Amino acid sequence: MNTEIFGVVTVFLLTIVLAIPVGKYIAKVYLGDKTFLDPIFNPIERFIFKISGINDKEEMNWKQHLKALLSVNLGWFILCFFVLIFQGNLPLNPDGNPSMSPDLAFNTAISFVVNCNLQHYSGESGLSYLGQLMLMFLQFVSAGVGMAAAAMVFNAMKERTTEHLGNFYNYFIKSCTRVLLPLSAIVAVVLIFSGTPMTFEGKDQITTLQGDSVEVSRGPAAAFIGIKHVGTNGGGFFGVNSAHPLENPTYLTNAVELWAQLIVPFAMIFALGFFLKKRKLSYVVFGVMTIGFLLLVIPTMTSELNGNPAIERMGIAQTTGAMEGKEVRFGPAISGFWSIATTVISTGSVNSMHDSSMPISGSMQLLSMMVNAFYGGCGVGWLNFYIFIILAVFISGLMVGRTPEFLGKKIEAREVKIAAFIAILHPLLILSGTALASYFAANDTPMGYWFSGNATGWLNNPGNHGFSEMLYEFTSSSANNGSGFEGLGDNNPFWNITTGIVLLLGRFLPIIGPLAIAGLLASKKYIPESAGTLKTDTTIFGIMVFAVIAIIAALSFFPALALGPLAEYFTIK
Amino acid sequence: MKNIISIIKFTVLIVILFAVIYPLTILAIAQFAPNQGKGETISVNGKVVGYQKIGQKFDKVNYFWGRPSAVDYNAAGSAGSNKGPSNADYLAQVQKRIDTFLVVHPYLKKSEIPADMVTASGSGLDPNISPQGALIQVKRVADARKLPEEKVKQLVEKMSNKPKVMGTETVNVLELNIALDQLK
Repeated sequence: MNTEIFGVVTVFLLTIVLAIPVGKYIAKVYLGDKTFLDPIFNPIERFIFKISGINDKEEMNWKQHLKALLSVNLGWFILCFFVLIFQGNLPLNPDGNPSMSPDLAFNTAISFVVNCNLQHYSGESGLSYLGQLMLMFLQFVSAGVGMAAAAMVFNAMKERTTEHLGNFYNYFIKSCTRVLLPLSAIVAVVLIFSGTPMTFEGKDQITTLQGDSVEVSRGPAAAFIGIKHVGTNGGGFFGVNSAHPLENPTYLTNAVELWAQLIVPFAMIFALGFFLKKRKLSYVVFGVMTIGFLLLVIPTMTSELNGNPAIERMGIAQTTGAMEGKEVRFGPAISGFWSIATTVISTGSVNSMHDSSMPISGSMQLLSMMVNAFYGGCGVGWLNFYIFIILAVFISGLMVGRTPEFLGKKIEAREVKIAAFIAILHPLLILSGTALASYFAANDTPMGYWFSGNATGWLNNPGNHGFSEMLYEFTSSSANNGSGFEGLGDNNPFWNITTGIVLLLGRFLPIIGPLAIAGLLASKKYIPESAGTLKTDTTIFGIMVFAVIAIIAALSFFPALALGPLAEYFTIK
Repeated sequence: MKNIISIIKFTVLIVILFAVIYPLTILAIAQFAPNQGKGETISVNGKVVGYQKIGQKFDKVNYFWGRPSAVDYNAAGSAGSNKGPSNADYLAQVQKRIDTFLVVHPYLKKSEIPADMVTASGSGLDPNISPQGALIQVKRVADARKLPEEKVKQLVEKMSNKPKVMGTETVNVLELNIALDQLK
C-alpha cells in the first residue's frame, strides 16, 4: 500500500520539478531565442515554408491568427476523413480491417482534429496502420494548434499596445518540432525497451501454454503512444488504451506516461511566467490549479483504495482496493491518480476503466472535465483558465468599485460578454446533450436510423450509473477529453453525430473567445500600474479565481452530478 | 486559391515529417529492442508459448489461474467489463465467482480470497495476479500435480515481485506456470 502512495507522490513531485526548466525552454522557443534543436529543425522548417509558400515571419493580428488556425484544421479534417472511409482498400492494412462508416469517420476525424480522441472504435479491429499513422499526425498538429493559440495569448499579454501578435505558423511549427516531437521520441524509446511493440507486422497467431489458440494484436504502437500523451490527446492504439499490457507494460512505463501527459500543461504555466517576466503570476495560477487538482485527486484515491462497499459485504479480502476494471501491475492508488490527471488535463487516456470506478471517483472525474481549467490540455488549458481570470477580474473590479484592469488593460463590456458566453457554453453543451439522450433513454424510444433498437440499448448499466454514462460522454466531448464510461454503446449515428457537433463547438469557440479577448486587449492603451491597480499576482486574487471556478462549475453541474454518481454513492454506501 | 494550395502543400510536408519520418526513426531504434519491437515472446523448448506481457487463459486444475477477463484472454481485441459498482447483475456475477472459487478450493475461507481474483481486469489481458491470489491456489495445484505443497509455495514466493520502493505486488501467471511445469 505504502509503495503505491509513494509512487504517486514521486511522479507528481518529479513532474512539477521538471516542468520549471521545460517551461523556461518553451518560453525561449516562443520568444525566438536560440535553442539546442535549432541546427536540426531550422533548415527543415525553412524548406517546408519555402515549398508551401507560407511567410512565417509576417506579424499577424488576432483575426489573421484565427483564419490561419481554422483553415489548416479544415484541411486536416478533410484529409483524415477520406483516409478513414477508404482505409480498408489502402496500403498498410495487414489485418484486413474494414473502412469506417461515414458517421464513425466523421466523429473520429473531428475527434482527433480537436485533440479529443473520443474513439468510438477499437484500435485492434477498427483501424488500419495507415489510419493509425494518420491519426498520429493529427495528435501532433492538434496539440501544436492549442499551444500556438496559447502562445498568441501570451504575446498579447505583454505590456504594450499593438495589433502584431506574432505568426501562427511560426508558433505552430515550433510547438510541434521543438516541444512535442522530442518529448514524444523520448517516451517512445522508453516504451520500446519496456516491451511495447513498434512493428508493421499484423496480428500474431499463437498456441498458449495450456493449448488454446489465440491471436495477439501488434502494430507501430510505441511512436503513437509517445505523442498520445505528450500532446494530451489520449487516443489509444489498442482498444483499452493504456490499460493494455502492450500499451503500458510496467509500473515504470505507467509513471513515464503519466509524466508525459502532465509535463506540457504544467510547463506551459511556467512558460507564461518566463515569457512575460511575471513569474509570480504563473506561481499564483499554478497554485490555484494545484489546489483544485488535489481536491479532486484525494477523494478519488481514497475511495478506490477503500474498495467497493457492495463487494466488501460479500466477505472477501479487498486489501488491494477496488479491482474491477483495474490492472494488478498498477493497483488502485495510481489508477485513481491517473483517472483525475487524465480528466483535468484533457488527455482522456485511461489505465483503468472509468465506468467501473467507485461513484465518488466517477463524480470527481466528471467534475475535472466540467471545470476543464486545472492545468488543462496542451495550450487550451491556459485558454480556459484565461476566461476565468477575465471573469474574476471583472467581478473583483465591481466589488471594489473600480474599472477592472488586467495587466494594464481595461476589461470592458465586450470582453466580459465574450468571456461569459464561453463560460456558459460548456454547461450548455453538456447538459443539453445529456438531456436529449436521457429523454430518449427514459422513454426507451425506438431510434430508427440513429441507433439499432431502442434507446436504453446503448446503456451498459441500469439506473443512476446509466445516466452517468450519458453525462460522461457529453462532458468528455465538450471538454475535448476523450475518455469515456466505455460501456456506452456509442458507435452509431446518434452518438457519432451528436458528440461530433459538441466536439467542434467545444473546441473552436473556447479557442476563438480567448483569442478575441486577448487580441482586443492587446490593441488597447496600456495603463501603467498604480496604487489603485488590482494586483493579479496575489493570493487574494488566486482565491477569487478559484471562487469563480467553483461557483460556475458547482452551480451549473451539481444537479446533474446529484442524479448520477452522487445518487449511486448513496445506494451502495 | 493561392491560400488553399499553400495549405495543401504545407499539410503534405508536415504529414511526411510527423507520420513518416518520426515513426520510421522510432522503428529504426526498435530494431535494437528485444525481438526487434515485435513484442517480447516466451518460448519453452524452442516453441513460442506466449507473450510475456499478455495474460493467458488457464482453467485446468494443474495450473495457476489468472483473473476473470471480458475478452476471454484473446488478445486480438481488448476490453474491460465496464460494469458499474452498483449494477445488481454485476454484483450477482461477482458473488457467483466467489461461490465457484470456494467449490474448487474447499479448504479456503471466504476472507482469504483477494478482490483481483473475482473482478475482471481493465484490459481483459492482465498478465498478473496478486501474490495472495496465487498463494490461495497452491494446495489445489500441488494436489493436482502430486507435488509437496511446500515446494509449490516456495515457487510462488520466488516468482512474486514485491517492490520495496514503488509499485504493486504482482505475480506473472504465465511465467509462474512455465516454472511450475519445470518443477520436479
